[in-house]
Amino acid sequence: MKIKIPELSLVVMIGASGSGKSTFAGKWFRSTEIVSSDTCRAIISNDENSLDASDDAFDLLHYIVKKRLKRGLLTIVDATNVRPEDRARLVQLARECHVIPVAIVMNMPEQVCVNRNKDRTDRSIPSHAIVNHVRQLKRGLGKLRMQGFRKVFELRSPEDADAVEAIVREPLWNNRKDEHGPFDIIGDVHGCYEELCALLTVLGHTVDAAAHKVSVTNGRKLVFLGDLNDRGPATPAVYKLVMSAVKEGTALCVPGNHDMKLLKYLNGKDVQLVHGLEVTVAQLEQEEDAFKEELKTFLDGLISHYVLDGGKLVVAHAGLKEEMQGRGSSTVRDFCLYGETTGETDEFGLPVRYNWAIKYKGDAMVVYGHTPVPEPQWFNNTIDIDTGCVFGGKLTALRYPEKELLSVPANKTYCQPSRPFLPDTVNLQQEYDELPDIEELLGKQQIRTRLINNITVREGNTAAALELMSRFSLHPKWLIYLPPTMSPSETSQLPQYLEHPAEAFGHYRHNEVQKVICEEKHMGSRAIVIVCKDSTVVKERFGITEDSIGTCYTRTGRAFFNDKTQEQAFLGMIRDVLSTCGFWEEFDTDWVCFDSELMPWNAKAQTLLRQQYAATGAASTNAMREALAALTVTNATEEVSTLLKNYKEREEMCRQFTDAYRQYCWEVKGLEDYKLAPFHILATEGKTYFDKDHRWHMEQIANYCGGEGNPMITTAFRVVDLEDENSVNEATAWWEELTGRGGEGMVVKPLSFIEKGKRGLIQPAIKIRGREYLRIIYGPEYTLPANLERLKKRGLSAKRSLALKEFALGIEALERFVAKDPLRKVHQCVFGLLALESEPVDPRL
Amino acid sequence: MLLTITTTHTPATDLGYLLHKHPARLQSFEIKSGKAHVFYPQVSEEICTCAILLDIDPVELVRGNGNPSQFALEQYVNDRPYVASSFMSSAIAKGFSSALNGKCKDKPDLVNVAIPLEIKLAVLPVGGGEDMLQRIFGPLGYGITAERHLLDPRFPEWGESRYFTVTLKNTITLQSLLSHLYVLIPVLDNDKHYWVNDEEVQKLLDKGKGWLEEHPEKEMIVRRYLRNQRSLANEALNMLLQEEPVATEDNPQKIRLHDKRLESVAAEIEASGVKTVIDLGCGEGKLLKLLMKQPQLTKIIGMDVSPRSLEIAGRRLKIDRLTEYQLEKLSLIQGALTYRDRRLEGFDLAALVEVIEHLDADRLTALEKNVFYFARPGTVIVTTPNKEWNITFTTETDKMRHSDHRFEWTRAELKNWCEQVGEAYQYSYAIKPLGDEVEGAGAPTQMAIFKKL
Repeated sequence: MKIKIPELSLVVMIGASGSGKSTFAGKWFRSTEIVSSDTCRAIISNDENSLDASDDAFDLLHYIVKKRLKRGLLTIVDATNVRPEDRARLVQLARECHVIPVAIVMNMPEQVCVNRNKDRTDRSIPSHAIVNHVRQLKRGLGKLRMQGFRKVFELRSPEDADAVEAIVREPLWNNRKDEHGPFDIIGDVHGCYEELCALLTVLGHTVDAAAHKVSVTNGRKLVFLGDLNDRGPATPAVYKLVMSAVKEGTALCVPGNHDMKLLKYLNGKDVQLVHGLEVTVAQLEQEEDAFKEELKTFLDGLISHYVLDGGKLVVAHAGLKEEMQGRGSSTVRDFCLYGETTGETDEFGLPVRYNWAIKYKGDAMVVYGHTPVPEPQWFNNTIDIDTGCVFGGKLTALRYPEKELLSVPANKTYCQPSRPFLPDTVNLQQEYDELPDIEELLGKQQIRTRLINNITVREGNTAAALELMSRFSLHPKWLIYLPPTMSPSETSQLPQYLEHPAEAFGHYRHNEVQKVICEEKHMGSRAIVIVCKDSTVVKERFGITEDSIGTCYTRTGRAFFNDKTQEQAFLGMIRDVLSTCGFWEEFDTDWVCFDSELMPWNAKAQTLLRQQYAATGAASTNAMREALAALTVTNATEEVSTLLKNYKEREEMCRQFTDAYRQYCWEVKGLEDYKLAPFHILATEGKTYFDKDHRWHMEQIANYCGGEGNPMITTAFRVVDLEDENSVNEATAWWEELTGRGGEGMVVKPLSFIEKGKRGLIQPAIKIRGREYLRIIYGPEYTLPANLERLKKRGLSAKRSLALKEFALGIEALERFVAKDPLRKVHQCVFGLLALESEPVDPRL
Repeated sequence: MLLTITTTHTPATDLGYLLHKHPARLQSFEIKSGKAHVFYPQVSEEICTCAILLDIDPVELVRGNGNPSQFALEQYVNDRPYVASSFMSSAIAKGFSSALNGKCKDKPDLVNVAIPLEIKLAVLPVGGGEDMLQRIFGPLGYGITAERHLLDPRFPEWGESRYFTVTLKNTITLQSLLSHLYVLIPVLDNDKHYWVNDEEVQKLLDKGKGWLEEHPEKEMIVRRYLRNQRSLANEALNMLLQEEPVATEDNPQKIRLHDKRLESVAAEIEASGVKTVIDLGCGEGKLLKLLMKQPQLTKIIGMDVSPRSLEIAGRRLKIDRLTEYQLEKLSLIQGALTYRDRRLEGFDLAALVEVIEHLDADRLTALEKNVFYFARPGTVIVTTPNKEWNITFTTETDKMRHSDHRFEWTRAELKNWCEQVGEAYQYSYAIKPLGDEVEGAGAPTQMAIFKKL
């Protein structure tokens, strides 16, 4: 005999002490799948026979069972469970978790149990207790199904138990994870056959309307979201087409509430012929009985919902909460058919629907219908595509995984909706995103990204990020990306240098990267710039209601410009250049996000300059002058002369320090003094550009730089072949020349944007800063040999590990934004990145 | 970095005896994070100058001092190696210890003689500018010449730095001069001192003996010397002033505006008869401390965005020593009003004391939605500065009371906001002034009390 149970069920063993429950369970299930009352008793009290620990033991048992069921794990309860009240609690647990309760009854003859107990050495249970168990068991046996067990297996003798050959775990009907599509998911048809045929044609399938046949184009599969019937003019034709496609395996169909009501009618149940069913019934009168029978079978066989594409897609008529996905219970089925209602009725006498999607945080995309909406809206990774065709709206399909929406308008209004069918004034997602939920940001966080599987952010860091984010940053809706930190090269072997290109080239060569790009490092401030074609794009795509055409923010998400008017005027200049040069058409977009450097440095770094650099410069040059004056007039003993020489050298360094920071400052009178050097085109509508190499980025950007009144400037670069010595030498000479002129230095990146090596992700960029520039980082006198020697002992591993994590998080954030993920998913990455920035790392790196 | 001491006392070379440093030799000695050199740029019967030059090792300076701010860049590039700061005081104490203690082996009589002295400090950082120099050195009888340096002569628009080359003249004993410098250099700098512990109180009292008691700015000097550590400063002041009553913040006559504001809010809460309160933006927990005393309250939560503030609040409220009953009643959580937060729901009253003005105006809608729509307590108390009152201390119209204030409202602006919020979320409101009202300008603070309709 084989026992077949659903793959996700709660198996309740029922039987008297000594009936062989534990032995049976142990034989057929994994030990971790079995929760035993004896074990729980022992955990609580050190004694598995302790009866006074029973209450606590069962609390623990129920707790474990619930946790396991929530996590979707098959669980076996090994306890006597002979009393109905014991079983009731377990059935209730199964229901709460939408898991199927199954009973395996060890209905052994009383004597078998008594004998077995006598043989036990570990404990003895009085015979009268066993007799009691058996009596109680027999009393409840007939009522198990009534109590809620969907499957009951009864073993009446040890021979029965031995005769079990296998316990087969059957997948749930809704589990179609191995179907990967691509899918064309179609909303509520409601008998609108002509529109259905039109839509299928638009989708590229071949329809034979008269024969009710659709030939689905290569490899795709149709998914119908139910409510094929009622109200519309041609319900039977719709069913015929769908049934034939399902039969041929080119379509899936889930039931809607209307379909199920029709089934009741067909089954002869007493149903009211209202809400369009009367129309269907009239249409069916023209049909043959055979078709009606076939229809009945079809409807009866519909599965409440499907989990598709490895769990990434869920389809259900009225949507489905995360905890119900892939589960089977009458509650799940009801939810799929009717959704969630508040129990209230609105002014039209219709039940008030509770929008379950508000709380949806699941990873699976949920596509559903049921509630007619004027326009489908993405909301928390769910979408309602019932666009009310039968009410004169349109019939809509969603292409998966493309996320493309296609629709055909209704030929006419077949039915007046009882609730007015008005366009939404608000975008649900954007309204919801106004306040991202703090719950998912605080505490220790694990973030899954496409480049690094699991990034851990510590609790203290998320706490710091919350403060930074809420006190200083822009609205999270703007923060679709933050740039990663960048590591310098290993310290130079050359005596005079702390950093030199040789080490950066060496690093990439060591990681088997052959081609790198060297980009001049502008001395400005890192700026993320988002520019939109116009302010409606800002509203529609970013959900920002204030009148603007974009934003410009720092690497920690703060507004770059303190003055909003100035910011908008600056962005306006960029927007105009992009419009004039045809950027929007070229990239087929109405917005763009650049990673860039904004000059001059002093535009943003005023405080830093005044409080730190200029202050140190003023203090050192003035103090050194006086010190030299005093030493110069002092009687020149050998010791004084040595000291004088030393201070002269240091005075020179202090002047070089001042020269170093002055390089990067210029007076800002108006907007024309700002220069923007974009170096990455990060994203446009629907696209990121991480798949393009850096040369592409440089060349594309160059098309939009230069010319009168254009604030955008290019970045000088060299592509270097690390196996070609000339190429390497030439780049080194270039760096020496750049930094010799006082330049900040250069950044070396693998030519391709994302480079993976044998040991995983490779540093996306390494900076090599000029000798003079480093004075403002390491202090005026860092080049004194005694200082340099000590400063060379620096560790880079923490910085590099952060750089990789932040790189992965930044890319993830942008990919999610471009894929129109809900804000919380984008913000999770950006928030995590900002949190990592609070890791204690030497700021001079 | 450099201090020169010049005398025209005859013979001027006595300076060498007084300082116990030989004029012909360069002498170097170790101080914390470096060295100091003493030498004589000029030596004659008429005039003699002794110089003490600091030689701070900038790399050593930042090594392993283990404080969390070492991850800020300013730790590494700063003025410390080049200015006269607490390092100079240490150098004086070490290099001229006998002179500072009023001892002179060779010419003991000279110690008590007031001689003409001129000192030059290059460079001296001064928090507070010329005026501060005058306030500090003026009462001690110094003639002051000070040259203030520009931040960068190339960019005059950046303005002046806080660095001065200072010349001070006085006819006093060398011991007095050195004591003054020892105490007053760090006071003027008022920046990072590389010490401050309980011993400093004693050092201050020793070095200040005979002059600090009489100094009109003694309170400020003590506070700044002890780096604004109030408990230490009070201790020192008490010892200095002995029986005289100390005018500190604890004195009921000088209750600060903020305390008054909190008392008013606490009284308002007590009068409202609520049982559960959430203090949104509780800061360091001052209001919570008042609320803990109110027996009618059964639940008090303090929320703040700053982990640092919460830590201080926890200490202030002695959260690790509360009884079980008190812990049931009080908890502190980190949170931000710009995020949806379900923990804010279910309270009778929410207090937002001096909170809204710390939010950018365009994020205020998020706060409104969070508080008035989602959390929806029966009562909401909001206090915020009254901008009109600012005329009592400044003529600049856009001057804010705190550098982190994103806006300050006039009475009409607050009323307007209350009107909008009340309308949008169905709350009634009343506005009360907090603090003493000034004719035409109102009270320093305004309080709005919202009631759910």
